[in-house]
Amino acid sequence: MLISMNWIRDFVNLDNEDLEKLIKRFTLSTAEVEDIIFKGKDISDIVVGEIISCENHPDSDHLHILKVDGGDAIYDVVCGAPNARAGIKTAFAKPGAQVGEIKIKPTKLRGVISNGMCCSEREIGISDNHEGIMELDSSLANGTDIKTIYPIDDVIFEVDNKSLTNRPDLWGHYGIAREFAALTGQPLKPLDIMENPYTGDAEVDIDIRNKDLVFRYTSVRIENITQKEALNEMKVRLYYCGTRAINLLADLTNYLMLELGQPMHAFDGSKINKIVVDTPKENTKFITLDGQERDITTDTLMIYDNDTPVAIAGIMGGLDSEITDETNSLVLESANFDGVSVRKSASRMALRTDASARYEKTLDPEMTMLAVKRFMKLLFDVDPEAKITSNITDVYVKKYPEITVEFDKAFIDRYTGIDISNERIKDTLISLGFETTENNGNFITKVPSFRATKDVSMKADIVEEITRIYGYDNFSIKTTLSPILPAKTSLLRKEENHIKDLLVKSYAMNEVHTRVWQDPDELKNLGIEIEDNVRLLGSSDEQGILRTTLMQSLLPLINKNKNERPEFSLFEVGRCVEGTKEGNLANEKRHLGIAMYTKTDSEKNLYFKAVELINTMIDELKHKKPSYEKCEPVHAWQHPKNTSKIIVDDICIGIINTLYPTNLSKIAKNAKVVLIEIDMDDLLSITADELSFDEPSKFPGIDYDLSLVMPEGIRFENIEQCWKTKKVKELKKVSTIDVYDNGKVKSITLRFSFENPERTLTSEEVQHSIDIILANLKELNVELKMQ
Amino acid sequence: MKEKVDALRTKFQADLQAVSDKAGLEELRLSFMSKKGAIQDLMKELSQIPNDQKKDAGQLINMFKQEVAKHFDERKKELDALEEKRLIESSESYDESMPTESPVGSYHPITLIQRELEDIFKSMGFDVEDYNEIVDDYNCFEALNIPKFHPARDMQDTYYLSTNNQLLKSHTSAAQNTIMRKYGDKLKKNGRPIRAVFPGRCFRNEAIDSCHDNTFFQMEGVMIDENISISNLIYFMKTMLSEVFEKDVTVRLRPGFFPFVEPGFELDIQCLICGGDGCPSCKGSGWLELCPCGMIHPNVLKHGGINTEEDPFKYTGFAFGLGLTRLAMMKYGVKDIRIFNEGDINALSQFESK
Repeated sequence: MLISMNWIRDFVNLDNEDLEKLIKRFTLSTAEVEDIIFKGKDISDIVVGEIISCENHPDSDHLHILKVDGGDAIYDVVCGAPNARAGIKTAFAKPGAQVGEIKIKPTKLRGVISNGMCCSEREIGISDNHEGIMELDSSLANGTDIKTIYPIDDVIFEVDNKSLTNRPDLWGHYGIAREFAALTGQPLKPLDIMENPYTGDAEVDIDIRNKDLVFRYTSVRIENITQKEALNEMKVRLYYCGTRAINLLADLTNYLMLELGQPMHAFDGSKINKIVVDTPKENTKFITLDGQERDITTDTLMIYDNDTPVAIAGIMGGLDSEITDETNSLVLESANFDGVSVRKSASRMALRTDASARYEKTLDPEMTMLAVKRFMKLLFDVDPEAKITSNITDVYVKKYPEITVEFDKAFIDRYTGIDISNERIKDTLISLGFETTENNGNFITKVPSFRATKDVSMKADIVEEITRIYGYDNFSIKTTLSPILPAKTSLLRKEENHIKDLLVKSYAMNEVHTRVWQDPDELKNLGIEIEDNVRLLGSSDEQGILRTTLMQSLLPLINKNKNERPEFSLFEVGRCVEGTKEGNLANEKRHLGIAMYTKTDSEKNLYFKAVELINTMIDELKHKKPSYEKCEPVHAWQHPKNTSKIIVDDICIGIINTLYPTNLSKIAKNAKVVLIEIDMDDLLSITADELSFDEPSKFPGIDYDLSLVMPEGIRFENIEQCWKTKKVKELKKVSTIDVYDNGKVKSITLRFSFENPERTLTSEEVQHSIDIILANLKELNVELKMQ
Repeated sequence: MKEKVDALRTKFQADLQAVSDKAGLEELRLSFMSKKGAIQDLMKELSQIPNDQKKDAGQLINMFKQEVAKHFDERKKELDALEEKRLIESSESYDESMPTESPVGSYHPITLIQRELEDIFKSMGFDVEDYNEIVDDYNCFEALNIPKFHPARDMQDTYYLSTNNQLLKSHTSAAQNTIMRKYGDKLKKNGRPIRAVFPGRCFRNEAIDSCHDNTFFQMEGVMIDENISISNLIYFMKTMLSEVFEKDVTVRLRPGFFPFVEPGFELDIQCLICGGDGCPSCKGSGWLELCPCGMIHPNVLKHGGINTEEDPFKYTGFAFGLGLTRLAMMKYGVKDIRIFNEGDINALSQFESK
């Protein structure tokens, strides 16, 4: 929103203030200023000039040669404006003048010297009009500085609208002026208004049928309006604040809105007999004054003339009842509608207007009457012949409750951490419009109506009013008196950090973050169907379905990056959703997903690297060893033969698998992919074994190596049972010396280390244990490899 | 005897000169000094020498023996030195500038910035909490004093889900209520102040471009105790941000509106590039808007079970929200926000492990 300091100065005396500094303080105390523009700095030496003569340029079909009386001299000027003619007075830039970016100096135009320039409104920056040169009032003296006729010099600043969402009172200059008054300690001047001189008993006929969505509707009928144009000052202010001048009545309603924040609508008086405010019984169409046909739903509040819709309440008027240049009477609407309803209607129609933007902030209904009286005053300043032909009819449907807040200084001190004096507190509140009394540090303050619609209701709100005007820059910076207690890292975070460190540092993996929903296009490239799941509301078909595993995100990334590296692994610790649980709630899971890719190594090597990784991870985190159990694929992309559960303490914490051949071939001919997905909360639930310490034996142990030929179809974990029996004594450790696999024969060489902490073992004792192992192996048909 | 010793000395000197390595030297030493060596042979001859000459002859042999031993030692040192020299000369001088190849992984930049912040907050006594991505309407809005018809709750901004009244959390503040309930008892019974940060991923329905993404990371923090004030808030923000940026930052507060704080602030830091004079990166203002914060709204404390209806201001607190994604962009000079979520290995692998 653009704010004119000239306008502000109508209401508060800022003569002794540095305006730029003051505006910057506004940012710190009220709302964010995005830009400050100094108007008129680039306009100088432009005066009222009278065109004494006007002749055609001999070498041009549109240029004229003028003699212009600039007050101090007669200037020869070449001018191309179509309306240039003898007898008119215009804005004349003398040689040496500054007109925006142009410095005026004698210039030859088609062979004729031009000493100056006649200006359009656009050239001096007061409107977009560039159809011709300005035509000024003939009573103005030649040589009069244009700046004394038009308020060209001004400081305009732009406030970030977002920072005003909670301040309905700041959507007009008067409210902003109140802030400046509070910041400078100057009084806020009351608005100039006009009381209604009408003494008859005519009323505007108003029927509020939907009382839920209307707070107040105030109206007056005015006739015999003959003037068509607003005053220069008003037009320039409107332009500087981003609004185009249209005609007197439209300009006045816009001016009032920018001044008070109260949107107003002027209906053509000849078109309105009875104002009805209601929602339509059925969906309908309506043409707004911009000529667009709008779909009106049954929850859109409308203004009717009897049965004929004439405006969308709080948003935009209709084409048929619009003020035109012929209009000489009006019915004025100064109303207060429900903010939420206006916002919803405006956003449904994608028709957000200056009016709707204000209504949705929940405006103060007290304003409507004041706005009507201010409107009358401004209208009669321009058009004293106009006639008010009704009482101001005021239907006040709903009032906001009055809010009084009581607090004491101790409360303010505690909340701020600093000492702000009683007097300062009281003065600040009063300057902001809060009627306040103080007795011994006890305050009673009445929230003004323009702050009471939602913004200020309790003590904490009052703190803000006091502190923002006091200035946060003036606060001391103090630490708390609260006890300091150690903060411990949660196990959850420890495990997550540990795993990330392991994967990044020991396995050179790259961490990624991916979106929480499945991408149907990417997955189709891999021949993977979207899995049905919880979805985003309002999404359609296959879009917006949340992922059931991290693989729906990681597999596409493998595909995306496959040409960047011959070998890489990606991982993510992220969320997925495994359908719903009781109460139709999403079953959110925290997972670790790892996707390993190679096109240089074998799938088997990659797979065992993955197994090693899992074993290392579980060992480091839990000091335990996981087991693996082949299982049926759960997802279509999992390989039927190599999909296994990862089990720790009888809990399945995740899945390791290779990729289904068809999906794999979509990535690349020689690609190999191994996937690990672990449920981090299941992992977290597993208790870590305590680290135990055995005094190293002082007596030498005995190592015994065995080479076993692995029979087809038997898993190592079964063979392990051969020595995991109590009968095998003093076996300290079994380590793998060698694994041999030529595709036909698979053998493994193991070293059995025996040790007794109290004495040296004899070879007989060890042999006894070895014999038991050998006997067990024989039962499983595991043969020894001949050395 | 003297002649024999002299002859042996001559032979010894010639042999010693001829020796070129330590093995040869040892062989020579044995041939002179061992029990079967030449000197021992001379000793044996002593028995045939007349008694009156024995003493002199014995001395002569002993002196010769010492002389030989001395020469051996010297020659050994010479040969050691030669050997050392040879080893040094024959060894390779390495070129450290040769390229080395060791695979390195990378952390996601959000992980790096998150860890850094968590460390800072932990050192200031803040617990680090984790929170769901899917939350309910109550936690995301209701408990945060965001009224029913607030624009933030509109469908076009927030990802609602097909499940029962759930949505993808639109801000980390959605965890506030849970944190208050988790630690509230310790505050009220043991006087342990609530200090917690909770990083997390947030979602807002936005068109994606180089500055906007619908999926981003925040870190929220709260502190609640009996007498927490605005002055305390400024202190913690300033201290924390000075740690983050590793220099003494100047902060300023200005009013900002968020329904869950009152008063609410936008916290700016003085531009780190120009120091406040104004430059392109602060758009000439000298300040960077960094983090919304404020005193926790009394209604939010009430919803969190911290204060009661009867005593709505017993405990006070502040809350702040840091944009982790934005901080990571500032810290690492990332210009395009999309690299965070799009998994381009060439972009992400630059955040190597450290």
